[in-house]
Amino acid sequence: MTPLRQTWQVTLRYLRVIARQPAFLGMALVQPIIWLLLFGALFKAVTEIPGFSGGSYIDFLTPGVVVMLAVSSAGWTGMGFIEDINSGVMDRMLAAPVWRGALNLGSVLQAVIQILIQTLLIVLLALALGAHYENGVGGVLILMLVAALLGAAFASLSNGLAVVTRQRESLIGAVTMVLLPLTFLSSALMQQSLAPDWIGTVARFNPVNWAVEAGRSAAFETIDWGLVAGRVALLGALVVVAASLATRAFRGYQRSL
Amino acid sequence: MARTVFDHSDAIEAHGLVKTYPGDVRALDGLDLAVAGGTVFGLLGPNGAGKSTAVRILTTLSRPDAGRARVAGHDVLAAPLRVRHAIGVVGQRHGGDLDATGRENLVLQGEFYGITGAELKRRAAESLERFGLADAADRLVKTYSGGMQRRLDVAMGLIHRPQVLFLDEPTTGLDPEARAQMWAEIERLAREEGMTILLTTHYLEEADRLASQLAIVDRGRIVAGGTPDALKSELQGDTIQVELAAGDGPAARAALANMPGAREVTLDGHTLRARVRDGGTAVPMVLAALEAQSVRAAAVTLARPSLDDVYLRHAGRAFHRADTEGVAA
Repeated sequence: MTPLRQTWQVTLRYLRVIARQPAFLGMALVQPIIWLLLFGALFKAVTEIPGFSGGSYIDFLTPGVVVMLAVSSAGWTGMGFIEDINSGVMDRMLAAPVWRGALNLGSVLQAVIQILIQTLLIVLLALALGAHYENGVGGVLILMLVAALLGAAFASLSNGLAVVTRQRESLIGAVTMVLLPLTFLSSALMQQSLAPDWIGTVARFNPVNWAVEAGRSAAFETIDWGLVAGRVALLGALVVVAASLATRAFRGYQRSL
Repeated sequence: MARTVFDHSDAIEAHGLVKTYPGDVRALDGLDLAVAGGTVFGLLGPNGAGKSTAVRILTTLSRPDAGRARVAGHDVLAAPLRVRHAIGVVGQRHGGDLDATGRENLVLQGEFYGITGAELKRRAAESLERFGLADAADRLVKTYSGGMQRRLDVAMGLIHRPQVLFLDEPTTGLDPEARAQMWAEIERLAREEGMTILLTTHYLEEADRLASQLAIVDRGRIVAGGTPDALKSELQGDTIQVELAAGDGPAARAALANMPGAREVTLDGHTLRARVRDGGTAVPMVLAALEAQSVRAAAVTLARPSLDDVYLRHAGRAFHRADTEGVAA
């Protein structure tokens, strides 16, 4: 019980920090709206490309924006750790008999909660814009699960990177460098069959694409259970690997002290 | 020398701790330490002497390259979790969460040690009261003064009632009033709770006032140890200190080295120091000896032995010079 309890206490701590920053809270809530409207307007013409089979543009883009936002929000998670390392909070926590995994997972859980709220906003906004959820609430829940898993994996990686580099600049660089290529090397914004073949090949190994495919199939198409289960399993494995890497990063950090 | 015979009642013992950092920085160079239970032990040294590195190893934050250490009966390398349960740590920097309230900080800290529910609530309220933070309990820590933040740090370090408390430079950066308050608090902990406290400081005055046992650290090793009084009484007589004009140093040192009754003549920049049995009678003799070499003294001062002198004697350089030469550790 103790590890779970400690994880939740760490989550509460980060949630409190966010709740006390109205500016951050506002931006985190407005961002989904802007992205959906902006990408919606920009990529509306995608549906007119010969060979496009994705139905309405809002149906096609919604899972893409959900996933993009999950990666983006998760990417910044490590900022909290950098702050904690610089302020001395991290050393105080590491000198306590707290499970190292709880420090990472607590922060990851906070990111996942934020991502779930943002995803729900996108889902509702898309509904208002005329999205058609093929499989009802069940499909939407799978889309949210997929966003949560992808977010959890990237939040752990962000925390690990934060502990290793201890520099804001490195984290900002990594997030900016990774976000767009991972999005473009997936079917988030463009149907795979319309993109060059090599992108399709690379996308098979891209976690962002796993999430987009599973989310789109579950929420907007006739659900392909085999594909959804496979992609969810891959994302789950990634979460485990990323979390253990992040937890391990503390060892390296302590060795350098 | 520091005691190197260990017994089972020692709350802290370290043998041959070595720690190097990239760039060939040898922060610890075979540090030995023995701290008896229930004492306030002062680790005194300039910046960069290795005090904080020693604390990081003893509190399981860092690992030594060589050597071993036991704290509260547990090996820091083999059983770090047991050590963490038994110790309280107040680091050099404020370790509280600035965006949380004092009470929230204490509660989270208690949770980390497995204290929960009503018991945790009660302890948090008690320690807020005790450290004079009751009125500020539900204010964000970033609105606290430096002294209040430091008191919260100590309260957090004590929430689980540790056997051994580590205080790494507890008063650095505090104003005189807050420092005096912190000193009183540390004295009370030692007196009323019989807690073992390891305190690092680079204030000689602080070590002299709080510690019942002292070890002087210089360049990663213990160079002297004992009670403050014993250390001071090693230095019999007075210190005579002469400020010289530039370039006169070597001649002045030679003059004093030949003077009967002057011992431990050292030259540190433009400052010449010597130990004499009776300062009052020695001053005219010193001036005469310098005069004979045509050296003019800009100022002559006489002092009773202080820890400053103890440091100078064992580390071979004056404390304030070592402090500014030292690299941040």
